Amino acid sequence: MAVQGAVVVVTKSRWLLLVVIACVSTASSGAVLPQDRSDAMYHSYSGDGVTIDGPSVLLRKKVGNNVSVSANYYVDTISGASIDVRAQASEYQEERTETTVGGDFLHNKTLINVSYTNSSENDFEANSYHLGISQDFFGDLTTLSLSYSRGDDEIRRRGDESFLEEANRQKFGVGLTQVVTKSLIVGVNAENVSDEGYLNNPYRAIRYLDEDSARGFSFTTEVYPTTRVSNAFSINANYYLPYRASIYGNARYYTDTWGIRATNAKVGYIHTIGDEWILDAHVRFYQQDQADFYRDLFTRADEFNIMARDKELSTYSGVSAGVGVTYEWAFSAASYLKKSTLNFEYDYMNFDYDNFRDATDDAPVGEEALFGFSANVIRAYVSVWY
Amino acid sequence: MKMRSLATALLILGSLLSSGCVSTLASIQDIEPWVKPYERSNLADPIMSANRNPIALAYVKHVFEAREGARGADGGAGGGCGCN
Repeated sequence: MAVQGAVVVVTKSRWLLLVVIACVSTASSGAVLPQDRSDAMYHSYSGDGVTIDGPSVLLRKKVGNNVSVSANYYVDTISGASIDVRAQASEYQEERTETTVGGDFLHNKTLINVSYTNSSENDFEANSYHLGISQDFFGDLTTLSLSYSRGDDEIRRRGDESFLEEANRQKFGVGLTQVVTKSLIVGVNAENVSDEGYLNNPYRAIRYLDEDSARGFSFTTEVYPTTRVSNAFSINANYYLPYRASIYGNARYYTDTWGIRATNAKVGYIHTIGDEWILDAHVRFYQQDQADFYRDLFTRADEFNIMARDKELSTYSGVSAGVGVTYEWAFSAASYLKKSTLNFEYDYMNFDYDNFRDATDDAPVGEEALFGFSANVIRAYVSVWY
Repeated sequence: MKMRSLATALLILGSLLSSGCVSTLASIQDIEPWVKPYERSNLADPIMSANRNPIALAYVKHVFEAREGARGADGGAGGGCGCN
């Protein structure tokens, strides 16, 4: 019944998108294609005993006056052992590669964006498709954007050749950006995401009381719901200061059918020195309440029909603070290249969990120390405009 | 039901997008912009763009999505002043 309902919604949504595309194609107002540029980045995340790093390369080029094409190649190399792995003693190392190709089309000054992404691991394969439409109007002071994405996942489990599960995902987004004054831009966004299928991480487990175990507890596979629908609403603003600097901020409210409610907010300041240097400093706060079916410790292996112990589904808060520096230089007017930048960005993140305990702690079961960790996140990249 | 409500909202917004589909919007499209094109140099400055460096923004979004339960509505609509 639920599947039947979803099919109806999908069919209506596709029809709806055709109507929107047909209507938008007759409109006329200002819009511009993204600039021609290429970026090459090294990224690194290190925290909770895990290091994830690798390269990312993004290329973008106009073809004629109305088309811009782009391609992104991204790699995550994952090594180490997180708290989940340490507690269950099943260390692993893996690599994820993600490839995206896309195109932007300017038609009667309406911008249409399409892209395809493939994400591949030895136990996970995901393909997703994206369509976005944006339109400037009211003298180009307002931009309205609509987006739709669909993704199909195949989930496997190492060491179990017979294991194969599927999930599909859909996203609907609406965004409005408004020029308020010659120094202030404000935007609002809403996004609905719906998932259906196998939504577990097949390696994560619940913890339950077990008198037969030396530690007093054991682990068994999580059982998730097979659907999840979420709604998120955000607002953001950028304000230009008189001495070529800016302040910016954003806030988001999130809720889903699993019972998670979350809020986050970020504020930042950008300062320039001459034409060459751009400095950025920001801080971000995050808080969420747990999913209805989350427990740190279940009383038995089959206590409920739906059970999870993912720390991302618990009640917790996080804070991150970061800085970024950009050095920019221009090429001569005769050069094919216009300008280039060197960029380095660093963030420190900290997460404190209110009801996720460190199962490796040497304490009576259920009285272990609450878990928390910090992480260092780095982006180092060079960008070239042409 | 929530998705149907959203689909309805999308239909309305899609209609509003287009001067060709809703004739009453034609006059609205003619509203005199209160920030003139020659007053948009500040807005066109890269330091006013929420998506100044797409490659880094996409990565940071990926990191937070992996570590947090919340998802969605974290990308800006972009543009707003008809300029790069």
